Amino acid sequence: MGITMDKTTTAVEAAIARVGDGAAVMVGGFGVPGTPFILIDALLDAGVENLTLIKNEANEDHMGVSKLIEAGRVKKLITSHLGLNGAVIGMMNSGEIEVEFYPQGILAEKIRAGGAGLLGFVTDIGIDTILRENKQMVTVNGKEAIFEPALTADVALIHASVADRAGNLAYTKSGRNFNPLMATAADCVIAEAERIVETGGLDPDAIHTPAAFVDHIVPIRDVTAEYGILQHHVV
Amino acid sequence: MSYKEKIARRAAREVAPGQVINLGIGLPTFIPHYLPPDFPVMIHSENGILGMGLRSERGTEDRNLIDAGGGYVTTLPGASFFDSALSFALVRGGRLDIAFLGALEVAENGDLANWIIPGKFAPGIGGGMELAQKARRLIITTTHTTKKGDPKIIRSCTLPLTAAGCVDTIITELAVIDVTDDGLTLREIAAETDLETVRNRTGADLILPGGGAAAVPTF
Repeated sequence: MGITMDKTTTAVEAAIARVGDGAAVMVGGFGVPGTPFILIDALLDAGVENLTLIKNEANEDHMGVSKLIEAGRVKKLITSHLGLNGAVIGMMNSGEIEVEFYPQGILAEKIRAGGAGLLGFVTDIGIDTILRENKQMVTVNGKEAIFEPALTADVALIHASVADRAGNLAYTKSGRNFNPLMATAADCVIAEAERIVETGGLDPDAIHTPAAFVDHIVPIRDVTAEYGILQHHVV
Repeated sequence: MSYKEKIARRAAREVAPGQVINLGIGLPTFIPHYLPPDFPVMIHSENGILGMGLRSERGTEDRNLIDAGGGYVTTLPGASFFDSALSFALVRGGRLDIAFLGALEVAENGDLANWIIPGKFAPGIGGGMELAQKARRLIITTTHTTKKGDPKIIRSCTLPLTAAGCVDTIITELAVIDVTDDGLTLREIAAETDLETVRNRTGADLILPGGGAAAVPTF
């Protein structure tokens, strides 16, 4: 008995072909760290439309998922904060895109719940705010609370720093963020990885996403400039 | 000294050794510069860091290591990285001793509005709502008035709330004010100003501590 499965593919287009028009797509990353730029570019090249995009933020103007949004491929964005993206805020204000905001940890927990096979969870976050509008209210121990449904997607696009051929993933520093959560919550999980090692080459204790959650591994041939330092954030 | 330095310097004195703190985007990120060297504190960042250090010096940035505002940061010995669900488990679960946030409006009952001006400013929610509602102590660091000169500290918020009754202390360039069961209590006043100015620029009643105006320390 052994683990001989090899999920790596150099055909990024074939992997991305799993995303069809109207798909719900989760994209990892919080700022540049953990954002799968090569998979996003492949999705842009594939030309699919009417996407529902789920991401913590929309990167910054003309970067990452903002390219998809600015190209009109996204009909709905489920996110937490767009403060660094004036282009997408402008599209939201002019009605070109529908945006659904959640508190950051609630967005993370909705995805975690979806990946854990739960239907949702109960929270008091936002209970005294306009966020309670149109929510299903429940009572827990005599206190009013909000039922928050779980969130899943058709496809998740993930950025890992290292993967083995079986599909085990590890992330680096603040690049972890939403990636391990989203890797559990989609029907098809495509991960790009900066480094690929043979199966058995990762310490089992150092694996953040177990192989069972991952369908395709796309090697990053070279880490392009968009993964690099953003000079306007340098002191 | 700029008003930012003045507020950040005073805010730093609210941090006790060994605490776990979170610094909102903007002014609060200056606070660590005013903590004594080797002061024991663990700084949390929403994007999955506990044990953050100061901003990276030019040329030493790590492309995989930013804070929640996108700035390149360092880590201190004992730091850890985690996912976004765990990051907010730390916040909602009560492990955060202090959150420092900015404000659009603070009401005398401790209500905070800082995330939306309907029709004008709506960048999203971010982590602020959970920080405001669940940090053990919420300290607002803000200018005392808006750019137009209107009071930010008022009787009741006109903007949609971030969280109700969440604010413990307000630190501005003019004053340190505690939200108490009795109302807003003036704890300290800036050396550059006087009580009349502070009252004129505050849109709610200020309670003086026992001993009256003469007993209010300056900072």
